Amino acid sequence: MIVYIIRRLGATFIVMAVVALFVFSLLFLTPGDPAAVIAGDIATADDIKLIRAKLGLDEPFLVQFGGWVWRLLHGDLGTSIFTNLPVTKLIGQRVQPTVSLTLLTLVLAVLIAVPVGVIAAAKAGTRIDRAVMGISVLAFSVPVFVLAYLLISLFSIRLEWLPVQGYRPLSEGLWPWLSHLILPSIALGTVYMALIARITRAAMLDVLSQDYIRTAHAKGLAARAVLARHALKNAGVPIITVIGIGVALLISGAIVTETVFAIPGIGRLTVDAILRRDYPVIQGVILLFSGIYVLINLAVDLSYSLFDPRIRY
Amino acid sequence: MKVDRALLRGFVLALVLASSSVSAQEKVLKFIPQADLRILDPITTTAYITRNHGYMVYDTLFATDAKFRVQPQMVDKWDISKDKLTYTFTLREGLKFHDGQPVRSADCIASLERWAKRDALGQKLAQSTDSWTAVNDKTFKLKLKKPFPLVLDALGKLSSNVPFIMPERIAKTDALQNISDAIGSGPFRFVKDEWIPGSKVVYVKNTEYVPRKEAPSWAAGGKVVKVDRVEWIYIPDSATAAAALNAGEADWWEQLPPDLIPLLRKNKDVRVENIDPLGSMGIMRFNFLQAPFNNQKMREALLYVVDQRDYVLGIAGDEKNGHTCYSFFTCGTPLSSELGAEPLKGKRDFDKARKLIGEAGYKGEKIVIISATDQPIVHSQSLITAELLRKLGLNVELQASDWGTMITRRTSKESVDKGGWSIFHTWWVGADIASPASMVMVNLGEKSWVGWPADPKLEQLRQAWFNTTDAAAGKKASDAVQVEAFKFVPYITTAQFILPTAYRSNLSGLIVAPVTFLWNVEKK
Repeated sequence: MIVYIIRRLGATFIVMAVVALFVFSLLFLTPGDPAAVIAGDIATADDIKLIRAKLGLDEPFLVQFGGWVWRLLHGDLGTSIFTNLPVTKLIGQRVQPTVSLTLLTLVLAVLIAVPVGVIAAAKAGTRIDRAVMGISVLAFSVPVFVLAYLLISLFSIRLEWLPVQGYRPLSEGLWPWLSHLILPSIALGTVYMALIARITRAAMLDVLSQDYIRTAHAKGLAARAVLARHALKNAGVPIITVIGIGVALLISGAIVTETVFAIPGIGRLTVDAILRRDYPVIQGVILLFSGIYVLINLAVDLSYSLFDPRIRY
Repeated sequence: MKVDRALLRGFVLALVLASSSVSAQEKVLKFIPQADLRILDPITTTAYITRNHGYMVYDTLFATDAKFRVQPQMVDKWDISKDKLTYTFTLREGLKFHDGQPVRSADCIASLERWAKRDALGQKLAQSTDSWTAVNDKTFKLKLKKPFPLVLDALGKLSSNVPFIMPERIAKTDALQNISDAIGSGPFRFVKDEWIPGSKVVYVKNTEYVPRKEAPSWAAGGKVVKVDRVEWIYIPDSATAAAALNAGEADWWEQLPPDLIPLLRKNKDVRVENIDPLGSMGIMRFNFLQAPFNNQKMREALLYVVDQRDYVLGIAGDEKNGHTCYSFFTCGTPLSSELGAEPLKGKRDFDKARKLIGEAGYKGEKIVIISATDQPIVHSQSLITAELLRKLGLNVELQASDWGTMITRRTSKESVDKGGWSIFHTWWVGADIASPASMVMVNLGEKSWVGWPADPKLEQLRQAWFNTTDAAAGKKASDAVQVEAFKFVPYITTAQFILPTAYRSNLSGLIVAPVTFLWNVEKK
């Protein structure tokens, strides 16, 4: 197990190195120039050229890439071309909102979607099952931003229960923090809930048709106990896989959610950086994302052995 | 079950207590700016959001008022020698930077020297400057090599780049390199620790600031701050910004898109107004280095078919928020004129335009309009122009991207098949093109703004305007610039429009001006 983890962590560095090279090359080839954005609309081509030279953006690819890797190896992700703030500080400012949003969404989705999926499977073919599946198809089909506007319109404008936008750190109090995250979490988590509910139902149906479930029922176990202790645990592997893949979905979905709800998270940092061609920030954020993805996949793989003792590393 | 209820009660109580701990004692103005503040340096960039930030943090020696007069701001008194070659400035008492240091002559000189390296009008001043010298900490002199009648206009320039005064140690930064410290002597202090780029900018009242006694008028007069703290909350999504204003989470939204005006007007607690007397001007710019618009007749042809009313509607959505302006200088300013504007102003004449296109020898060369879909003002103009050119039978292709790509691509001098361009649109605030001084769209070829027109006569006339010494002569000279501009067609103005502002009804004292100023604003 430990050897496996070390091997996977080693692979993480290789993956991140490839990502780094890919991202740097892509940005080098992408049209757009931060010097032009910095200079503004009124600047002349000469002004832009001078700023490019000042920023070192006219250096050859290898010189720029080598310099970036060298700084990276020294733990320096660089400095934003625009704000002059270190990339680590910019990411640090944005981590809490995104982590809060993602975790709350994850918790909310799992707590709601897994029981719903289990119930739908247990009541397969009934109206409850059809209703759950119908709602999940609808939830899966509604774009995040549409749902977000509907939620804002109802809960913030009409009922005035929750704030429209923004983020408050946990240090300002539990309710300010939570109140700013409820609507974004629902908007972001709805698709995710639908996905988990459907996969849970499918996995549970598969397990519920197994002989040992019939045996459990024959032994006289209560239906709830059979579902929770025998069926759900054995249906866990596909559910955990979907939850793991879903975290990646959440992070990409967070970009839209953070924009609509004006949450200063990593997603918006990424979009803003791309639009203005703030190369060091884009590189830093993508490296961070790739690291997170790899670690989530590792965590998902390791968790399989908890649900299925036959899986060993 | 009892335990569950107790737990629930405790949870609710905790939430209530937590929320009640956040109570604002101070007056906070929550302002949704037009864009995200990403560059703190108002000298390296001409971005309007950075200019507005500059006005929060910095002060200027002179400032322009609502009657287009230059008034002293940081300067107490000044003197001009009889030969008009020496200007002596004395700073007023009580000027202090936010780090507690007094504002000295050396700070002013360093700031102006840095500004003059980047700003078009500043560069003109620098060409005439012999030296800046500090007489003492409060008094300094400008010595000119030749008279430059626009010295005070330059020092009181209203829009980008504004000659803001910074501490000498910061102003010594290379003019091409962004500064990191926003320390000025203006009415607000920038709170760097609370700055979250892309989200929030925080300013607090500069309690040490000594405002002038005069009433505020544009950038001039007393900058009296009536709130304790200003938070710029950048909300990228306009529907969310509207909802935030409607719900009272924001007090003021600087510029709203026209389609959201009816929604906000329904709220009796929100006021939608035009507080920018000059608005902005839409611009159609040509590439003078490549066919077909390197031919004057092709550019002239478009003058006969551009219908500014279409562009007003396209940009502003409603005639109430814009109007036609057949002048190269912002309508409503002293130098605006319709001299020579007949081709643009008269009846739209497609036959005349086609005749000119024929005379130009147009052979179906591809015309590429570059546009930016993330800039509605740019893209709406581009769509209208593309349709117009198609109607003329021209071979046109609209190539849309994002703003970052577009403003890079437009620096390309290549032909369209090698990534070049033929036409792009943009817009400039009225204050920036109110006179030939800041008319960087002309000039001579390579030195000019992107598009690179070269009309020596136009530049000569512009220079003649710089040399005029009184208002009447200045008007005559600017009229001559305009007449020549309508012949040469360095660009076409497509509309004059105003993006309204919206604010909660508990705000008062908003300054009507071409730039958004946040002093004098009171929140009840």
